[in-house]
Amino acid sequence: MKFLIKFLLSLGEWGIARITRLGRGSQFLFETLTHVGQSLVRFRLVYHQIYSVGVLTLLIIMVSGLFVGMVLGLQGYYTLSDFGAESSLGLLVALSLTRELGPVVAALLFAGRAGSALTAEIGLMKATEQLAGMEMMAVNPLERVIAPRFLAGLISMPLLAAIFTALGVWGGHIVGVGLIGVDEGLFWSRMQGGVDFYDDILNGFIKSLVFGFIVTWIAVFEGYDCVPTSEGVSRATTRTVVNSSLAILGLDFILTSLMFGEI
Amino acid sequence: MTDLGNSGNKSDNQAYSLTDNALVQLVDVSFSRGNRKIFNGMSLDIPRAKVTAILGGSGTGKTTLLNLIGGRLKPASGKVIVDGLSVPDLSTRELYALRKRMGLLFQSGALLTDLNVFENVAFPVREHTKLSESLIHHLVLLKLQMVGLRGARELMPSELSGGMARRVALARAIVLDPMMIMYDEPFAGLDPISMGITVKLIKELNHALGITSIIVTHDVDEAVTIADYMYLIGEGRVIAHGSAEEMKNSSSDEVRQFMDGLPDGPVAFHYPADDYRTDLMGVDQ
Repeated sequence: MKFLIKFLLSLGEWGIARITRLGRGSQFLFETLTHVGQSLVRFRLVYHQIYSVGVLTLLIIMVSGLFVGMVLGLQGYYTLSDFGAESSLGLLVALSLTRELGPVVAALLFAGRAGSALTAEIGLMKATEQLAGMEMMAVNPLERVIAPRFLAGLISMPLLAAIFTALGVWGGHIVGVGLIGVDEGLFWSRMQGGVDFYDDILNGFIKSLVFGFIVTWIAVFEGYDCVPTSEGVSRATTRTVVNSSLAILGLDFILTSLMFGEI
Repeated sequence: MTDLGNSGNKSDNQAYSLTDNALVQLVDVSFSRGNRKIFNGMSLDIPRAKVTAILGGSGTGKTTLLNLIGGRLKPASGKVIVDGLSVPDLSTRELYALRKRMGLLFQSGALLTDLNVFENVAFPVREHTKLSESLIHHLVLLKLQMVGLRGARELMPSELSGGMARRVALARAIVLDPMMIMYDEPFAGLDPISMGITVKLIKELNHALGITSIIVTHDVDEAVTIADYMYLIGEGRVIAHGSAEEMKNSSSDEVRQFMDGLPDGPVAFHYPADDYRTDLMGVDQ
C-alpha cells in the first residue's frame, strides 16, 4: 500500500512537472510570436540566422536526399518489376518523397543538425550570462535572439525539405534510368501524371512547415529554459533531438491521417 | 546592524544624509530561494555619485542584491527604489527604460561571443539609438580609449584575457552614459596589474563622469582603496556600514573577522553539523 501511494505521488509529481513545463513552453512561444513582427522589420538578423540554421544544414540534407532517392529507386524497381510496373518507378519515388520522406527525414535531420545547434548556442549564451547581459542593457533576448532564430527555422525547414525531395527524385532517376535502364520518358511522364500539386506537393509543404515550427520551438525553448551549466546545456540539447524527433513522427501520423486518410 | 558612521568620528562621507541623497534605496527587503532566506529585512541606501562597496562572504546574496536593484529579481516583500522608481512595480517597458540608465558589469564580462570588441561596445548604441555609423564609430572608440583597449577593437572575445574582457564590458556599460554602474566582483581572478587598472578605471569613471558606482566584492583591500562608503552584509541583513576608514577601525567582531580575514569568529569555520565525535563513531556502528 505504501509503495502504491509512493508510486502515485511520484506519478503525480511527474505529471505536474510535465504540464508546468508545457505551460512554460506555451507562454514562451506566445511571447516569441509577439516579437516575430519586429524580426521581420529587422530582417538582417533573420537573414544571418537562415545562414546558420538553413545553409549550414544544406550539405547533410542534400547528401541524405540523394541517397534516400537512390535507395528508393533500387527498392522500388525490385518490387515494381515483380508486377511489371517498373515504368511507375518515377511516380513511386516522387510520391514517397513529396508526401512522406521529404518532410519527415529532412525534419529529423534538421532537428539533429540545426535544432541541437540552436539549443546549445542559446543554452551557452544563458550559461555565460550573455542573455542576462542583454536584459540589463534593456535589450529583450526574446526579440534579439529568440524570434529571429525561430523565424529562420520556420523559413528554412520547407526549403530544406524541398531540396531534399528534389535531390531524392534525382537520386531515383540516377538509379532507375541511369543504372537499371527504366525508360526515361515513362519515368517522368508517370510522375507528371500522378503527382498532384495540391494533394501531394502542397500537403508535403504544409507538413514541413509544421515540422519546422515544432522543431524550432522545441530547440529555442530548451536552450532558453535550460539549467545554465555544462550538464544542463548537454541535457537540453539531447532533449531537443529526442523530443523533436518524437514530435515529428507523432505529428506526421496525425497530419497524414487528416490529409490523406479516412480516419 | 552596526552603524559605524554614527558611532565614530564623522568623515566627509557622512556629511550627506544618505536617505536624501540616495539613488538606490532598499527598504526592509526579504528574498528567498526555495526554503533558503537570502535577505530578511535588508535595508540600505546607495548615495548618488559615490562609490559604494557591498562586502560579504560567498553566498551572502551580493549578486542577488544587484539583480534586485536591476529588476531581474523581485523581492518577496519590501521596497527597491532606484531614482525614485519602485523597481518591482515597473512595467517591462518602464523597467527597460530604467535599465538604459544603469549598467551591470558581470563577473564574466558577458560579452556577446559572436561579435568583436568594437561591435560589443556598439551593441547598446545600435539597439537603442539611430546614430549614424560615423558617430557610433567615434563614440565606441572614445569609450575604448577610456579603458585602454582602442587597439583591441578587432579582437573577438575569445582572444581577450579575463581582465581585458571586463574592461570591454565596462566600455559597453558606459557607452550610453548611465547614471549608475553595478560591478559584480570586478576584482575576482585578476592579476595585480589588471586589478590596478580596474581600480583606476572605477575611480576615474566615478570622479570624471559622476557615475554612481556599486561594487559588490569580497576583496577588502581594493574595496577600502576605492569606496566612499561600505556595507558589510551577511545572514540576510546589513551587519555594519560606514566609511572605509570607519570599517577598517571598527571593533565589531563581525567586521573584524571579515576585514582581517580571520578563519573563525562570528561566522563559524565549520558548516553546521552534528557532534564530530558522534559522527565519527557512527561510521563504526
